Amino acid sequence: MISVAKVLLEEIRAHGRDTYPDECVGALLGRKGDPAQVVALEKMENIRTERARRYEISPLDYLRVERLASEKSLALLGFYHSHPDHPAAPSAYDREHAFPFFHYVVCAVAAGRPGDVTAWTLSEDTGEFEREPILEEET
Amino acid sequence: MARILLPTPLRPFAGGAASVEVAAATVAGALDELVARHPQLRKHLYDDAGKVRSFVNLYKNDEDVRYLEKEGTRLAEGDALSIVPSIAGGAEELSNEEIRRYSRHLIMPEVGIEGQRKLKAARVLAIGAGGLGSPLAVYLAAAGIGTIGIVDNDVVDDSNLQRQILYGSSDVGRPKLQAAAERIRDMNPNVEVIPYETRLDSSNALEIFREYDIIADGTDNFPTRYLVNDACVLTGKPNVYASIFRFEGQASVFWAEKGPCYRCLYTEPPPPGLVPSCAEGGVLGILPGLLGVIQATETIKLVLGSGDSLVGRLLLVDALSMRFRELKLRKNPHCVVCGPNPTVTRLIDYEQFCGIPQEAAIAAASATGIPEISVQDLKGMRDRREDFVLVDVREPHEFAICAFPESVKIPLGTLPQNLNRLSTADEIVVHCKMGGRSAKAVQFLRDAGFRKVRNLSGGIDRWAQQIDPKMPRY
Repeated sequence: MISVAKVLLEEIRAHGRDTYPDECVGALLGRKGDPAQVVALEKMENIRTERARRYEISPLDYLRVERLASEKSLALLGFYHSHPDHPAAPSAYDREHAFPFFHYVVCAVAAGRPGDVTAWTLSEDTGEFEREPILEEET
Repeated sequence: MARILLPTPLRPFAGGAASVEVAAATVAGALDELVARHPQLRKHLYDDAGKVRSFVNLYKNDEDVRYLEKEGTRLAEGDALSIVPSIAGGAEELSNEEIRRYSRHLIMPEVGIEGQRKLKAARVLAIGAGGLGSPLAVYLAAAGIGTIGIVDNDVVDDSNLQRQILYGSSDVGRPKLQAAAERIRDMNPNVEVIPYETRLDSSNALEIFREYDIIADGTDNFPTRYLVNDACVLTGKPNVYASIFRFEGQASVFWAEKGPCYRCLYTEPPPPGLVPSCAEGGVLGILPGLLGVIQATETIKLVLGSGDSLVGRLLLVDALSMRFRELKLRKNPHCVVCGPNPTVTRLIDYEQFCGIPQEAAIAAASATGIPEISVQDLKGMRDRREDFVLVDVREPHEFAICAFPESVKIPLGTLPQNLNRLSTADEIVVHCKMGGRSAKAVQFLRDAGFRKVRNLSGGIDRWAQQIDPKMPRY
């Protein structure tokens, strides 16, 4: 389970809309636990050339966001990205590149309009994604 | 002491620690120490072969160790070694439109989403956009091959439309690649077509081939066929081959890494002129359809990695009897290009290897003394009703297409037994379609004692082009 403030969910949707038709990507910062609590987002640069279907973060950017999290005394909870003209379900490619313990938030953007947002974690046992509920916080 | 900084997702495997102090002096030693202390980390850091996983990056302070001394990079007191996971992902490669389009593939377990992704990622190069290249490109595009390169520098001609199904009547006169790219884009806009409007030769073949996974040879001439074979062997690519003539065709997959190459089967090209081209000998329009579709099938199987390919087998197709036969092919241990001691280690001059090209042969023949007459001079002789005999050495079915009404019609092969129909006293002009067979006839007649005999340069085809536009060309 993951809790995200409504305003942050809107921020994710807006990021997906702004980068459409390319995928957006950003980090989820917050506190671990059940639910894990997302309290801040960090937009990141998508370094792939085929950005309509792929995202990748440069290793140095990853190090930067880890440092940012520890400076803010927050945990790096995972990442969000958008699926332009695709459902908000993780792809086989997402699964191949996923790590356990991270939360993955996916936002569908259809024809430039952001839609569903879903959250997933990789099961250590099965290696498959399991969907987790998103608790929308008002503040 | 150096410090290893663990990324968040790996910390649970190290008891939650964000960093671990190590005594080792190199990156490799540090990782060994880390894994010895936290064995659960092993499977996340190393693959089954014991190599550091591709999605694990290692940074000494802010530098990628790949650009230092890799795992041999030294660590000094106070250095930080960061383990940085590659964070990547993305949407399914197939859009909803593609999923609908390929649904008959996707519901077959032998293809499925995985197979369709492979097809989409595949890069196939078609040599020639003619009789074989047309059905090949059409089916590869329909099946969802992501990138199709096509090499051709021809223009669509009326005589192509009987078999080259990439083109329609409105395309006549257009560059083939322009028309082909348009047609493929309309069939499947997900396919990227890369046109090479050039003649494939030894200077560009390797560079072009390196960009592709599979080469499909749909050429109609021996120099290019040997060039494609050798370039495939040198670049390690499979060569999905087919050739056609009249009612018969052959197909195979030549792949030196797995089986024989074209040169293992045919070490040397036939003497120039012995095997007529489709333009000379004709071809049943459907035949390249059959063979081109076999090439497309083999290509798609190679991409999917399923089934038994034609590697090591030569499929012989006879459309008249509708029989398919198969010959087993073996790798030639003495093959000059794919054998253990190759002598052909780079591309050569294939025109020269295959003998002088026919046009040059005709030119050479005239240079060595076969007397010629131009179509303009022949027109003058006919207009002035001069006394001479015009001999047509083409085949009877060619006479039926077009002919000079007054000509004596003696097919080349029957010339020896028909010599009595000609007189050495007469002025003789011999013609065929293009001038090649008639040159041989003139040589034969001269050897038989005829002195006043000349060859019509360019044949009846040039007559139709330059003198009588109403005469059909074929």
